[in-house]
Amino acid sequence: MTAVAVRKSAPAAGSTPGTAQGPPRRPRRSRAGLLPSAALLLGAAYCLLPVIWVVVAATKGSDELFSTFTFLPGTGFADNLGDLTAYRDGVFWQWMVNSGFYAGCGALLSTAVSAVSGYALAMYRFRGREALFNILLAGVLMPPVILAVPQYLLLAKVELTDSYLSVLLPLILSPYGVYLARIYAAAAVPADVVEAARMDGAGEWRIFTRIGLPMMVPGLVTVFLFQFTAIWNNFLLPYIMLGDDEKFPITLGLFTLLAQGSNQPSLYTLVITGALLAVVPLIALFLVVQRFWSLDLLSGAVKS
Amino acid sequence: MSYASYRRFLAMSAAVALGGSVLAGCGSSDDGDAGARSGPVELTYWAWAPGLDKVADLWNKGPGKKEQITVTVKKQASGDDLVTKIVTAAKAKQAPDLVQAEYQALPTLVSNDVLADISDEADGARGAFAPGVWQQVTLGSDAVYAIPQDSGPMMFYYREDLFEKYGLKVPATWDEFAETARALKKKAPDKDLTTFSANDSGLFAGLAQQAGARWWTTEGDKWKVGIDDAATRKVADFWGGLVAEDVIDNQPMYTPAWNKALNTGQQIGWVSAVWAPGTLTTAAPDTKGKWAMAPLPQWTASKPATGSWGGSTTAVTNDSEHKAAAAAFATWLNTDPKALAALAEESGIYPAATAAQTGGALAEAPDYFSNQPDFYTEAAAIAKTTAPAAWGPNVNVAYTTFKDAFGRAAKNKSGFGAALTAMQDKTVADLKKNGFGVAR
Repeated sequence: MTAVAVRKSAPAAGSTPGTAQGPPRRPRRSRAGLLPSAALLLGAAYCLLPVIWVVVAATKGSDELFSTFTFLPGTGFADNLGDLTAYRDGVFWQWMVNSGFYAGCGALLSTAVSAVSGYALAMYRFRGREALFNILLAGVLMPPVILAVPQYLLLAKVELTDSYLSVLLPLILSPYGVYLARIYAAAAVPADVVEAARMDGAGEWRIFTRIGLPMMVPGLVTVFLFQFTAIWNNFLLPYIMLGDDEKFPITLGLFTLLAQGSNQPSLYTLVITGALLAVVPLIALFLVVQRFWSLDLLSGAVKS
Repeated sequence: MSYASYRRFLAMSAAVALGGSVLAGCGSSDDGDAGARSGPVELTYWAWAPGLDKVADLWNKGPGKKEQITVTVKKQASGDDLVTKIVTAAKAKQAPDLVQAEYQALPTLVSNDVLADISDEADGARGAFAPGVWQQVTLGSDAVYAIPQDSGPMMFYYREDLFEKYGLKVPATWDEFAETARALKKKAPDKDLTTFSANDSGLFAGLAQQAGARWWTTEGDKWKVGIDDAATRKVADFWGGLVAEDVIDNQPMYTPAWNKALNTGQQIGWVSAVWAPGTLTTAAPDTKGKWAMAPLPQWTASKPATGSWGGSTTAVTNDSEHKAAAAAFATWLNTDPKALAALAEESGIYPAATAAQTGGALAEAPDYFSNQPDFYTEAAAIAKTTAPAAWGPNVNVAYTTFKDAFGRAAKNKSGFGAALTAMQDKTVADLKKNGFGVAR
């Protein structure tokens, strides 16, 4: 059916080049589709090649790393894994646990704060709301690294530096998360429903937890994923805050393996293997949440 | 590249922090009087050398137990970033008791009021070190700001087998070095004697030091910057000439490509320091036993000198509440024979203390250099010729400018004269901007 329609309209495209109507363009799309596909494939290769490099390089022993062909798998993966686990009595796994704690707790708390504030900003009209929101928008534009040193000096005043809290606290308020939650709440939670709930005598907290929150879940999953990834990859904040290597997240820990002073070689094989292992939880998280995330994000947008 | 810009960013945040310190600087006044302590003492020590925690354990189980001083090592990543981190922590009065600091970082730390003067406790250690090394921890004053830990006297490493194959002689002077590079290019156009790495400011500083440069000196209460002096210019023109002439490579060191070049014999020499065996072990595992070490080529053959590349100290901070205890540990760590032996063994460092440079763990040549049994005897002789070094409070700025300007010049093979001028100008401008007096 569609194929016929396409063929029929094809001559029209050539005979009336000036018309800006929809149908005549259709045949061109299938031909031009090759180019975007090629571009996308190229982009995919561009993104995936480094990942493949990490996977392959992690299998190489230190004597193979720089001497064998780049994409030829080596034989040292088990040794690398063993060395990494043995390095300073398994401090690597401590770093992984730390990263999981910072990213998991930080993202959960940050999502909760974003949900409450985003809902409030979207649903209630109050004096100064737009000003508040604009300040938040400015916060979105401010790279968080700028704040790391001031945050350090502030936390030093309350003697909280070099603690788990020192990394967790500054991450809880995420302007981007609040912004996203507000936009999403405004689109996904109909004012009529909230109004109806009020008429039925539900309290504001009840309306939020029973009606608003479930509708916002897909958006909040997005916030959670963004925050989790951002905290997992964060470097500068923990670098400034933490002195105790037992509290380091994985990013900092791997950095100490690289920079061991000029008289010590960098532990490349361990760092590469560590980097590979550090990506695994992120990939797993995305695979688990992905389907639920993208579908519901769409359906939410359509509903509004 | 992004790493470099990240570093610049970190330096910038430090500048913000320093500005912010006016606000934050109203913390408690510290009265770190160390003499009057009672009961056990806990010290934290930020350091990057591997295995240092094991050496600290020796102290905790031995002399430290007697004196009730326990030291905990918190491992850090080395580099300029750590200096920034320490300065930031000190602004918030949160610096650890002890820090590992490279020689060139000491003026920066002292001018930021991070380091304590431990001359009362540590002056007795003076005799254990070469005068040129000790001068670097006193900054030429009566104070003592740190105890030297390791040093990196520079040497020339070359592939013994390939030198023989191509009929090359080990260069004793830099002129011969240039001739050797040209001769090799003629015999084997695909090989290079070495590379000039614009990534390693420390190497260039060491080469200038050998030539007699004094980059930072004081004149009255003003700093005098001599980066653009005759000695440094000589060094810059020499290497710039070799790069422009295309007889040596212009690629940076410490990259996978460089490792490969060493491992496959594409580069057959390396101007490095005493710690090179460790680096070569991982960078060029296939060429073990084929390398040899010789003194650095000389500018004046009759007056042998060498520079230093790397090396670090143990310093006590002003934030420490137990400065005397910290100084006692720092002195033990870097002068006690048992500690030095453990440092050489566990951390693989080349001790700055002269007595420890040959015996003990350094009695035998490193495994990689088993073909040169007197490796450390020769190294100790070379170490004695180390020229004095002169560091200032903004080495990081000079180093960053070096990487940018020399990196560009090396890539374009355009000579290093303009790059050296840029390095001098930026360093002077930064000193002035930070309120230091600068002598003309």
